[in-house]
Amino acid sequence: MDVLYFAWVRERIGLPRERVETQAATVKDLVTELRAREARYDAAFADTTALRVALDQVLADFDAPLAGVREVAFFPPMTGG
Amino acid sequence: MPVRVQDAVFDAGAELNAFTGAVAGAGAVVSFTGIVRDVDGGLRDMLIEHYPGMTEKAITGIVAEARVRWDLADALVIHRFGQLAPGAAIMMVATAAPHRAAAFAAADFLMDYLKSRAPFWKKEVTAEGADWVAAKAADEDALDRWS
Repeated sequence: MDVLYFAWVRERIGLPRERVETQAATVKDLVTELRAREARYDAAFADTTALRVALDQVLADFDAPLAGVREVAFFPPMTGG
Repeated sequence: MPVRVQDAVFDAGAELNAFTGAVAGAGAVVSFTGIVRDVDGGLRDMLIEHYPGMTEKAITGIVAEARVRWDLADALVIHRFGQLAPGAAIMMVATAAPHRAAAFAAADFLMDYLKSRAPFWKKEVTAEGADWVAAKAADEDALDRWS
């Protein structure tokens, strides 16, 4: 699946998007896998209450299943308007 | 129901006149324009990042929800991204309805949801550096008014 990062999450991880091969069942499981990769991922995902997630461009929960999902995006709370 | 996400400058006055001129069956038009605010006099630029694809979908969904809740003749949302100077218009909403109560309420609703549910992130650039603008708890709480 494609994993996208925005705002300070993108800056902390150091890239805007990447292709991730994973068997993770839920968003939470994917976060655990990413955190285990490198310190920059571990730092970016240290506090998931400060993050939001979208699955195929729709806001979701960290408990949400990933079956059939093509695009996962992580970002801080939005500041539009 | 035009929704535009763009990096180009827009003329809020001209957009409002065009919107008002094209709408049929409305007795009231309400508009809001958000501008880049320089609180301490030190702001050089505001950088706005967004999530292409999701942004348009999210705004279209918010406008559709407003049209379910209120009797609107039309609605307009324009939101910029990219590099904006202090004083520049960031975004505008306009709502048209048979009566003013619906037009005011729908514009208020659209603003509350655009703030917290449309995937934009603001970064302020000053002489000291650049900082992401943190979301405010009050903005999230504002959504409770509509539930």
